[in-house]
Amino acid sequence: MTTTVLTVDDSRAMRDMLRHSLLAAGFRVIQAEDGLHGLEVLETETPDVIVTDINMPRMDGFGFIEAVRADEARRATPVLVLTTEVDAEKKNRARAAGATGWIVKPFDPVKLVEAIRRVAA
Amino acid sequence: MEDPMAAIRETFFQECEEQLAELESGLIAMENGTAEAETVNAVFRAVHSMKGGAGIFSLDALVRFAHVFETALDKVRSGELVASPHVVGVFLRAADVLADVVRAARDGGQVDEARTSAMVVEFAQIEDGGGVAKAAEPGAPAPGETLADTPAQIGGWEILFTPRPELYAKANETAIILRELKRLGPISVELDASRLPELHELDPEGAYLTWRIWLEAACAEEEIRHVFEFVEDDCVLSLTPRGGEVLAPAGFAPGTVITGDNGFKFEFFPPVAEDEAEPSPEPEPEPEPEPEPVAARAVAQIVPPRPREEPVHEAPKSPAVEAMAAKAEAGAAVSATIRVDLDRVDRMIDLVGELVINEAMLSQRVLEAGINRASGVAMALEELEHLTREIQDSVMAIRAQPVRSVFQRMPRLVREVAAQTGKQVKLLMEGEGTEVDKTVIERIADPLTHMIRNAIDHGLEPTEARLAAGKSVEGTVKLTALHRSGRIVLEVADDGGGINRARVKQKAIENGVISPDAQLSDDEIDNLIFLPGFSTAAKVSDISGRGVGMDVVRQSVAALGGRISISSKPGVGSVFTLSLPLTLAVLDGMVVSAKGHTLIIPLGAIVETLKPRGQDVFPLDRDMNVLALRGGYVPMVDVALALGYSEAPIEPEQSVALLVEGEGGVRAVLLVDAIHGQRQVVIKSLEANYRAVPGIAAATVMGDGRVALILDVDAVVKTARSEARGAELTLDAN
Repeated sequence: MTTTVLTVDDSRAMRDMLRHSLLAAGFRVIQAEDGLHGLEVLETETPDVIVTDINMPRMDGFGFIEAVRADEARRATPVLVLTTEVDAEKKNRARAAGATGWIVKPFDPVKLVEAIRRVAA
Repeated sequence: MEDPMAAIRETFFQECEEQLAELESGLIAMENGTAEAETVNAVFRAVHSMKGGAGIFSLDALVRFAHVFETALDKVRSGELVASPHVVGVFLRAADVLADVVRAARDGGQVDEARTSAMVVEFAQIEDGGGVAKAAEPGAPAPGETLADTPAQIGGWEILFTPRPELYAKANETAIILRELKRLGPISVELDASRLPELHELDPEGAYLTWRIWLEAACAEEEIRHVFEFVEDDCVLSLTPRGGEVLAPAGFAPGTVITGDNGFKFEFFPPVAEDEAEPSPEPEPEPEPEPEPVAARAVAQIVPPRPREEPVHEAPKSPAVEAMAAKAEAGAAVSATIRVDLDRVDRMIDLVGELVINEAMLSQRVLEAGINRASGVAMALEELEHLTREIQDSVMAIRAQPVRSVFQRMPRLVREVAAQTGKQVKLLMEGEGTEVDKTVIERIADPLTHMIRNAIDHGLEPTEARLAAGKSVEGTVKLTALHRSGRIVLEVADDGGGINRARVKQKAIENGVISPDAQLSDDEIDNLIFLPGFSTAAKVSDISGRGVGMDVVRQSVAALGGRISISSKPGVGSVFTLSLPLTLAVLDGMVVSAKGHTLIIPLGAIVETLKPRGQDVFPLDRDMNVLALRGGYVPMVDVALALGYSEAPIEPEQSVALLVEGEGGVRAVLLVDAIHGQRQVVIKSLEANYRAVPGIAAATVMGDGRVALILDVDAVVKTARSEARGAELTLDAN
C-alpha cells in the first residue's frame, strides 16, 4: 500500500519541494500550511508519517506535535521534524512534545525519503 | 515540460519578497513601539524561512547572512538581547542588506561582501561580541552520531536495547528498529521480559522490556547508531563488538520478535494494532477505549507484536488543544483567502466589461423598439442593469489591493535618502490598508518615490536650519493614503521650511515661465515647481536630481488620469497631494459628440458645462479664442478642430462648452456639438489594439456597438494652450 505522508510547512517553496521529492519517491502526499491546518487535515486524513516544520505561524511544530500526540488515534503516527533549527534545546522540546525523529534542513531529498521509510512501518 | 525545480525556485523568491515585506513591517512596528509579542516571532520566522528555503537551492551567501541575522533575532526572541532603538536600527539595515542578498541570489548578481561583512560586525557588536563566531557557521549538522572506527576484526555486534516509555510516546517502534537492524545483516533477537510485573502492577504506559540482539554484520558502530538515531535519548543502548562468529547465548528463542506477521491482540481492545502486546498477563482495560480504527490501521499492517507500554500521554491535554484551536479561530480569518492567477481575474474583468457593453446595447435596442418603460421587459432590463453594475463593482474589488505593498518600500527609501543627505528623518504612514486597483498600485510607486525623495531632500531643512528655527533635529515625513470622492489620494507631508516663494517666483521669471509683472497667488507660485525644467535647489543633488523634475512626476501621474498639487506654509512644511482614479479599467465619462464623432470626456476633469454667449468670446489670435468667465478668461478649444474632424471652427454660440481642469489646475473650455449624457465606460487600450493617437487617451465600446474615443483632456488642453503661450498665463491669472 502506498505510504501517505502529511507535510506541514508554512513555506510554499518548501511545500513544493517536499511534494516534488516525496511524489518522486512514490509516496502519497498531503500538505498543510501550519500546525492548525495540519490538525484540520488530520480530521479527515490518516497519514502514515507526518513531516513537520517547527517555526510556523498560528500553531508551531511543537504545538502541532503535542496536539497530534494528545489524539488517541495518532499516538502511533510517526512525526518527523524537518527544520533549520540546530539548537539542542529546540530539539529536546520537539522530542518532549513527542517527535519521532529530527531532520535538519537543508534536507537532502534522499535522506528525507530514507528517514520516512525508516519510521513508516 | 517546465522544470519543476525552476518553478519551485521562482516560488521561493516570491515568498522571499513577501517575507522581506513582513520582516520590514515587523521591524518598523518594533521601532515604533507598536510591536506585539507575536511580531518578534513573525520577524524571526521570516528570516528563518528564507534561510531554510535558500538551503534547498544552495544559495550559500543567503544562507550565511540569514543565519547570522536569525541568530541575532533569536536572541531578542529569547530575551537575551533587548530590542533597543539602536538594535532595531541595525536590524532594519540588515533587512535592507538581506533584501539585496536575496535579489543578488535571484538575479545571479554579486553580493556586496563589504556590506554583509559590515553587517556581521554590527551584529557582533550588538550581541556584545558573543555568539557571532558561532553564528558565522551556518547549519551545523544534526545530532549525536558518535563516530567510531570499525575494528577490522569485528565479526558482529551484541546490542542491548532497553526502551524507555518516552520512546513509545514518540511513535517510535521497536519492531521497526529491529527491521532496520535486519537490513544491516542477519540478526537474532532475545526478548527479556523479566521485569514485566504482575498485571495488577502493570502500568500500561510503562516500558518493561529489553531486547538483546546479535547482529551478524561487520558494520561500523556508526551504522548501528544511525538506526537508533531517533530513539537514542529514549532508551538504554549498549553496543558491544564481537570478534569472529557471533554466538547466540543459551536460552535464545529465535523468532520471538521481528517478522511482523504474527502478533496477537487483547480482546478487550479490539481493532487497535498499537495495543497488541507481547505475551504478558492480561493488562487492565484501557482507560479510554475510543481509538479510531482507521487511524491505527496503517500501523497495524506492519507492526509486529509490541509491548503494551504505549503511554496514554495525558489524556487531559485536549483542553489545551481546544484552547489552541480557539486562539486560532481568531487567526483563521487570515487563511480565508485564496490565491488566484491574475490572468483569470483580468479575463473576468474583460468579460464583465463585455457584459456591461452588451447590457447597454440591449437597453438601447429595447428603447429603440419603443417598449413601454413600465413593461415587464423594461423593468427586468433595469434589474439587469443594476446587477451588471454590481457584478462589475465586485469584480473590480477582487483586483483591489491595499497600497501597503508600495508603502512598505518607503521606509527603506527614507533611510537611504536620510543617510545620503545626513538628515534625520522619521517616516509616519497612515492608511496603508486603503485599497486601489492593482493596475494603479503598480504605477504609483515611482511618483511616490520621487515625492518622498523630494520631501526629504528639498522639503526638510538641513539640521542647523531646523535647530535655528526651534524645530526638533529629526524631520518628519508623513505619507497618507485615503479615499476621497471616488479617487485615491496620496499625501506626502513634510515639516520642513515650506516653499520659498520669492525664490520660486524669481526663478520662474528668470526662466521666462512667467512675465515679471504676473500677479500669482501663493498656490499658483507653489505649483510652478511642476513646470518643466524647474528646480530651485541651488545645486542639483544626487537624490532628487537625477535629471527628473517634478514636471516628469506630474506627467506620469497625468498619464494615469491623476493630478498632483502642492500646498505649503512657510516655516511649517509642504504637502504634496496626488490623486488618482481607483481603477484604470473603467471610467465615468460624459458622452459628447463633435462633428458626428462620439467622444467620452472623463467626468473627473469636467468642472462645469455651459452654453457660451457670443459677447463673452474674445479672439486672442487667429486660432485661439478666450471665453470671459466670471471675470477671468479661459482659452477655448474646439474639439473637432483639435482632433482633425473638421477644418472649420464651430460657432461658439452653436456649441456646448465644458469647462475642464487639467493637471495642475490648468483650465480650458472644450467646445463640442452636443452632450448626450453620462455613463461608466470600460476602458480599452488604443495603444494595445491600434496605436497611440495624440489627444486620445483610450477607447471604449458604446451601447450601439460603436467604438468611441476617450479624450485625453490634458493633452488637448496643453496643445491648445502651448499654441497660445505667453499671453495665456497672464490671462489665466484670474
